[in-house]
Amino acid sequence: MSGVHLIALLSALATLVVIVELSRRRQLHPKYAVLWLSVGVVLGVFAVSPGLFNRLAHALGVISPPDLLSVLAALFLLMVCVYLSWEVGRLEDKTRTLAEELALLRREVDDGGSR
Amino acid sequence: MQPGPDVLVVVPALNEAASVGMVVKELGAAVPDVAVLVVDDGSFDGTGAVAQAAGAIVVRNVFNLGVGGAMRVGIRYALAHGYRAVVQLDADGQHDPRDIPVLLAPLDPDGPPQVVIGARFAGKGEVTVPWARRAAMGLLAHSLSRMTGSRLTDVTSGFRAHNRATLRIFAHTYPADYLADTVESLVIASRAHAAVTQVAVEMRPRYAGRPSQSAWRATVYLFRIAVTLALALIRQRPEPVEPEEVPS
Repeated sequence: MSGVHLIALLSALATLVVIVELSRRRQLHPKYAVLWLSVGVVLGVFAVSPGLFNRLAHALGVISPPDLLSVLAALFLLMVCVYLSWEVGRLEDKTRTLAEELALLRREVDDGGSR
Repeated sequence: MQPGPDVLVVVPALNEAASVGMVVKELGAAVPDVAVLVVDDGSFDGTGAVAQAAGAIVVRNVFNLGVGGAMRVGIRYALAHGYRAVVQLDADGQHDPRDIPVLLAPLDPDGPPQVVIGARFAGKGEVTVPWARRAAMGLLAHSLSRMTGSRLTDVTSGFRAHNRATLRIFAHTYPADYLADTVESLVIASRAHAAVTQVAVEMRPRYAGRPSQSAWRATVYLFRIAVTLALALIRQRPEPVEPEEVPS
C-alpha cells in the first residue's frame, strides 16, 4: 500500500469516526449522516483496493485515474453545495412564515386579553 | 367601492417613528371609517408605540421581514378579520391618504382578483427621479404592461389597493425579497388572471428619512429588477389559499 492510499484510508476512517460520533451525540441528522457515511465507505473501499478505481477509470476511458477522482470530487461537492443552498432557503422561508404567524398570534392574544 | 369599515389600510413600517404618527392621523382625517393596521417590521425606534398612540392597530414582527413580509402579515390579518379590500400605503408620508377613495373607486371587492396601483407618473405629482432609475422603471413598466395587458407606468409604486380575491392569492405568496414585493407581486397577480390597473395619484416628499437615490444604487437597482423580472417569469404560479377566519 503506497503513501497516498494510506492517507486516503486514514481520511476515510477519520470521516467515519467523526460522523458516527456526531450521530451518537445527536448533533447530526440521520439524512446527513447517511450521506457522509457513504462518502467515507466509498473512499475507504477505493483506498483499500486501488485497482478497483483504476479499472473504473479505464472503463470510462479516463487515462489518468487521479483526474477522474478530482472531477468526481468537485462535482460531488458542487452538488452538496447546491443542496445546502436549497435547504437554507427552505429554512429561511419556514422561519419567515413562523415570524409572520407569531406577529399575528401575538396581536390576537393581546386583543383577547384586553377584551 | 367606497372607503368604509370593510377596508383595511396596511402600513408597513421600519424605523419610521418620525413620520408614522402623522401618517396614521392623516388617514384618520381623510378616511375615518377605514381601519388602519401598521405592521412594525422589527423597528428599534418605537415605531409601533407611536403608531398605536396615534390610533392604529399595530402588529409587531419579531425581526425584520422586509416590506413583502410585512405585507403578508397585513394581508393575512385582513383575510382573518373579514376585510374585503386592503390598501397598501407607505409609512414615510409619500402617499396621500386623500387619494384612497380614488384608488378604491375602480375596485370591485367581491369580484375576480383585481389590483389598483396609485401611479405617480400618470400625469400628476412633481417628484423627480434620476435618469437611471427612471430608465429601469420604464423598462419594467413596459414589460409589465405587456404582461398584464393594461397600460402601467409606475409598477414599483407601493400605493395599491387589492380586493379579497387578490388577498387570497397573496396571503402566502406575496414576494418577500427586496424589490420583488412590488414587481413580482404584479407578475403573480397577472398570472393568476388578476386585472391590474392604475390611477393617477400625487406623490409628496417624505416626512422623514432619506430617499435611496445615487448612480451606483440606481445601477444595482436596474440589475436587481432584471433578475427579479426574469425569475418572476419562470417561477411557478402559486395557488390561492382559503382564509382561516379568526373567531371573534
